[in-house]
Amino acid sequence: MAQASPFTTPQTHPKKRSGRNREKWIAFLFLLPSILAIAIFVYGFIGWTGYISLSKWNTFVQDLTFSGLDNYRFLFNDFRFQSDLRNTIIFTVLFTLLCIGLGLFLAVLLDQKIKWEGLFRNIFIFPMALSFIVTGVVWQWIFNPSTGINLILKKIGITDPPLWYVQTRVVLPLHIGQIQFGVPMALIAVVIAAVWQLSGFTMAMYLSGLRSIPDELKEAARVDGATEWQTFRYILLPQLKPITFSAVIILGHISLKIFDLIYAMTGPGAAFVTDMPGLYMVETTFKGSHYAQGASIAIIMLLLVSLLIVPYLIFTFRKEETP
Amino acid sequence: MACNQQTATAPKSDAQKANQVEIFSWWTGAGEEDGLKALIKLFKEKNPDIEVINAAVAGGAGTNAKTVLATRMQGNDPPDTFQVHGGAELNDSWVAAGKMEPLNDFYKQQGWTDKFPPALIDLVSKGGNIYSVPVDIHRGNVLWYNKKIFDQYGLKPPTTFDEFFKVADTLKAKGITPLALGDKEPWTATQLFENILLGTLGPNDYDKLWKGQLSFEDPRIKQALATFKKMLTYVNQDHAARNWQDGVQLVGKGEAAMNVMGDWAKGYLTNDLKLKPNQDFGWAPFPGTNGTFVIITDTFGLPKGIKHPEATKKFLAVLGSVEGQDAFNPLKGSIPARLDADPKKYDVYGQQTMKDFKNSKLVPSLAHGSAAPEGFVTQFNQLINTFVTQGNIDLAIQMMKQDATANLGVK
Repeated sequence: MAQASPFTTPQTHPKKRSGRNREKWIAFLFLLPSILAIAIFVYGFIGWTGYISLSKWNTFVQDLTFSGLDNYRFLFNDFRFQSDLRNTIIFTVLFTLLCIGLGLFLAVLLDQKIKWEGLFRNIFIFPMALSFIVTGVVWQWIFNPSTGINLILKKIGITDPPLWYVQTRVVLPLHIGQIQFGVPMALIAVVIAAVWQLSGFTMAMYLSGLRSIPDELKEAARVDGATEWQTFRYILLPQLKPITFSAVIILGHISLKIFDLIYAMTGPGAAFVTDMPGLYMVETTFKGSHYAQGASIAIIMLLLVSLLIVPYLIFTFRKEETP
Repeated sequence: MACNQQTATAPKSDAQKANQVEIFSWWTGAGEEDGLKALIKLFKEKNPDIEVINAAVAGGAGTNAKTVLATRMQGNDPPDTFQVHGGAELNDSWVAAGKMEPLNDFYKQQGWTDKFPPALIDLVSKGGNIYSVPVDIHRGNVLWYNKKIFDQYGLKPPTTFDEFFKVADTLKAKGITPLALGDKEPWTATQLFENILLGTLGPNDYDKLWKGQLSFEDPRIKQALATFKKMLTYVNQDHAARNWQDGVQLVGKGEAAMNVMGDWAKGYLTNDLKLKPNQDFGWAPFPGTNGTFVIITDTFGLPKGIKHPEATKKFLAVLGSVEGQDAFNPLKGSIPARLDADPKKYDVYGQQTMKDFKNSKLVPSLAHGSAAPEGFVTQFNQLINTFVTQGNIDLAIQMMKQDATANLGVK
């Protein structure tokens, strides 16, 4: 196409075919250890986890007797797991929407060719450099009902400040199974901490997206008499679609697997208002020695994540096929 | 120099390998770590040729350590000896899995069979075999109170539930939080409830409950849950954001009047908050549980297939000796498991508790894994957590029954 890079393979000659075959074999040999490692340590262990999840191994003593879907049935009847599913869904939706909304907003602001852009960019991206554990500990202090942000609220005269993550109320409740399906108020505090951590990341993605849109497009729109909003709505936003798509995938799989932030910040919470499958999995497996139940939770988490990842894989696969 | 040292130690370390003992515990906090070090020092004085490896894993209440231990035990790489709570935590896991050596002969050889209370020996036994050596005792049914607040309003520590609620009402009227609770980790709420159960059922039926011999449909369970629910109306509003230390601290600083906690709270009050027993804070058995002693005991056993059984036995001998117990316990803030230890080495709280220990009926704690298997405890913690927020008695009983069916083998 354009320039020939120094790494482009030279034109093949029949004489060199055997050499190329050798190269292929060497390449394959170099890849073999990783292929084997992935086969065993990823797919093999997923299989092993799935196998355990169908067993009766729910005490310390190993018992691999087949028990069918008993462990899954137990979980879906379990108050805690039902709460976990509710929390995962609510958390994922709020977290993804807010991160994308806020990230896009910040990116558009930064794209206005402002002074100190680099400084602002760093300020917004900085939280991402922290580990979720640190974020969790810090926000746990901030939202502590008796020592955190409430001290300020009390000073300015709010006598009944929010309980933050200690609140057990579920907003818009709807009884499904044993739980109230709705938005647990306590989860809001956790969502704020998580959004604080990762909205800078979406901002960076959107900013690079905005910068990759050729100026001519915007110019043309303006010449045609489009307002700033129209330019954004009809020219820029459609161009950012693939970025939104990637952001949803990345944020979604982080939030479905979230463990450390919640573990450090709130734990399961009162009546499991901030519990997540990851927490339940660790506690039931390593504290309760319910290995089969823990494995079932792990498999359910895997399925949840694959609900997100598989469409993404199909999408990218198709894109690669039709250049 | 460095080279010389290396060559000098190389063959020695090989020789030492035969003479080592690896001690696995979660004693890394203030007090407990000092106790462990004192114990190791005493052991080294007696056995200068044995090298001690202190394999303590940090982490609250041993959560991390238990995970590491489970991995090592299942990978057939057991430490020479490890810390484990006496009762179900020992018997239903490692002993049930056939990973521990019985210590009956060792007890006889050391002359220990009548030195520990029989109920305690029962707790570390399964199927007639003894499996570990208790080093300390903690009491789980203690009501701690702020002495200054109680003196100021002329209150006495309550001995019954009725008295408790009377005292609590008086305190509430004065604008003081009657009962401090920090149940960020749900075991503290479970511990409060197990005390209420003990006060309602009495020690015998309390014991039967965890053995699956008393139904959770017993009307007194409902009654205990109702008491629990009422008691929760007297606790600090932010209880779910606090841990047990915070709960004790509220009482220590006079922001709340009472707290229910095991006697590690004493170590926290005296060491961390610098308060004086019987002056700043007082204690009493939890209402309705006078004459009963909820025991939590740390014990060490002998895993099968370890590399240094002889050295380990020597360590266990020190652990179970009067000298060993008196070196360890005053520093950790617990009382000795042996009945013939020296009371003079303990503070006023310890001396009184040692007396109570001798004269009380001993029952195991559920919250600390002694009364029932861990699987039962984990689910029990969950349902108590739910109950604390929702207060649904019928749902709680239904969940208890499910838990008992799944983990205690109750039909």
